Amino acid sequence: MSDNTFVRETSEGAQELHSRASTPVAELQREVGSVLRLPEGHTVDVEDIDIERPDDETMIINMGPQHPSTHGVLRLMMELDGETVLRTKPIIGYLHTGMEKTGEELTYQQGATNVTRMDYLSPLNNELVFSLATEALLGLELPPRAVWIRMLLSELQRVSSHLMWTATNGMDVGSTTMMIFGFREREMLLAFFEKTTGLRMNHNFIRPGGTAADLPDGWEDDVDLICENVALRLDDYDELLTGQPIFRQRMEGVGTLSADEALALSATGPILRSTGIPWDLRRTMPYLAYDQVDFDVIIGTYGDNFDRYAIRLNEIRESIKIIRQVLERMPMGDYRVQDKKVTPPPRARIDESMEALIHHFKVFTEGYKVPEGEVYAAVESPRGELGCYMVSDGSSKPYRLHIRAPSFVNLQSLPVMLRGGLMADAVATISSVDPVMGEVDR
Amino acid sequence: MTADADLEAADAPAVTLPPPGVAASTSTGGQQVVFPDRARYHEVASAYRDGGFELLSDLCATDYLTHSGRRLPEGVAPERFELVVMLLSLSARRRVRLRVQLPEAELAVESLFDLFTGAEAMEREAFDMFGIRFLGHPDLTRILMPEDWEGFPLRKDYGVGRVPVQFKEAPGPR
Repeated sequence: MSDNTFVRETSEGAQELHSRASTPVAELQREVGSVLRLPEGHTVDVEDIDIERPDDETMIINMGPQHPSTHGVLRLMMELDGETVLRTKPIIGYLHTGMEKTGEELTYQQGATNVTRMDYLSPLNNELVFSLATEALLGLELPPRAVWIRMLLSELQRVSSHLMWTATNGMDVGSTTMMIFGFREREMLLAFFEKTTGLRMNHNFIRPGGTAADLPDGWEDDVDLICENVALRLDDYDELLTGQPIFRQRMEGVGTLSADEALALSATGPILRSTGIPWDLRRTMPYLAYDQVDFDVIIGTYGDNFDRYAIRLNEIRESIKIIRQVLERMPMGDYRVQDKKVTPPPRARIDESMEALIHHFKVFTEGYKVPEGEVYAAVESPRGELGCYMVSDGSSKPYRLHIRAPSFVNLQSLPVMLRGGLMADAVATISSVDPVMGEVDR
Repeated sequence: MTADADLEAADAPAVTLPPPGVAASTSTGGQQVVFPDRARYHEVASAYRDGGFELLSDLCATDYLTHSGRRLPEGVAPERFELVVMLLSLSARRRVRLRVQLPEAELAVESLFDLFTGAEAMEREAFDMFGIRFLGHPDLTRILMPEDWEGFPLRKDYGVGRVPVQFKEAPGPR
């Protein structure tokens, strides 16, 4: 095989970032950011863009897909002038496995197993949004305990995901201590998930109709211990990072995004909140029982990396606040809806009743039929608005399953944040977007 | 005109939503859905943007080839493809969904890129998965699939592509 064939086989062709001479004007204008609806006075004049810039002054380089700081298989092509980033283009799809297509082949009962693998740092949120969409189509009303168990797990997952982010972000800016700390604390949460759901990741625990099982005995003590420990260690992080001059210099004023840009780019989650827009679906469009618990929506001011760090750190505190309230107010009762259509019979009944055995077999092989319709459900995942658009044709499999992945959409704001900054800051900025490639590529 | 009148004019909704002549209905759970036709799609999206729906939260498509029949309001002729756009109003805390019917023969629609810059990646994904062309999109290339991929994977007539399991020393296909 000659060198040329090798190059052709790994090429993404037209998806790549090309030299200025061979890029159409409309595309170039987008890449240098002159199409964003910027506030007046900041608007880039089309005449000012240096389209005619000779190519030999700048250099296009690849970062990724196998770069340790790109958090998975993210490939960025950057045009550099010295160390300054002029244009960036994320090239994605290396982890695409067609999960939306797979979702059309699986029943609603099996579907949670599929979606849980998308955002592998917060699988329970994926299951949650899938279940909410299915339940909306079925018109199910959940018992209160199921709702509160879901809320507890979803907040624990937010803590675990943000801890993981704090750890990897620390590593990206050069603090190995933070990485070890973050993973250490996350381990407690994963141990609890394992005890509750049987698995550390990809739980398949939240299912249409409720949850797969009740919480294990003594869960209150475990959760209490987690809250206590994490709350204490957050103060350590503050000491290690927040007040540290080197860390602040790496983060402050780097990768800034304005509120108008964030809105135009459809950014959600910590990125949108860091620009000062108080938009958190848990507060603004409450699902589960978030309207009954007390918590604050954390927002930033400057939209820079430091704001996004501070938001995530303090969101852990808010989540712990919610978890403590759930701990006090967890209602008793069923953990899943007693609708014979979607709920399999209890395991013990199968041994004594033929009908129960048939029912169990039917639910798990054939699934249950969901009325025709279409619905969009959204939850606030640690990364932003996680949505599920589901179309049903009345059979037992979703006709169309689309997941609105927050990382996929948020990745669009990365070129805007990187533009004009230094190559060395790019690593910190990529990390502050918090992309999970499993979700970006689906 | 006094300054007060100016203020009032600014406060009053400048556009009626949904715009007149556009079919609207509610879907499961009271979600608001409007059905602009292909020619008015961009205009309707623009009216919604001016009416306070400042964030495009999602854009995807559906292929209704094998669907047994969906409910559509009167005056909306079903076509094979449907473009689904979710808009979000942060100030009013409301969502609206635009569903645009796209015929298989002419699978092209105006891009929303000039209204919502964030539509860029989502329209590329819809193009990649369904082959819908977005007119006016600056960089309409595949995004998840390789550039030389043939076919559009999320279409209903695209094979699932199962690889049969090969057992060692198994007798040939019966």
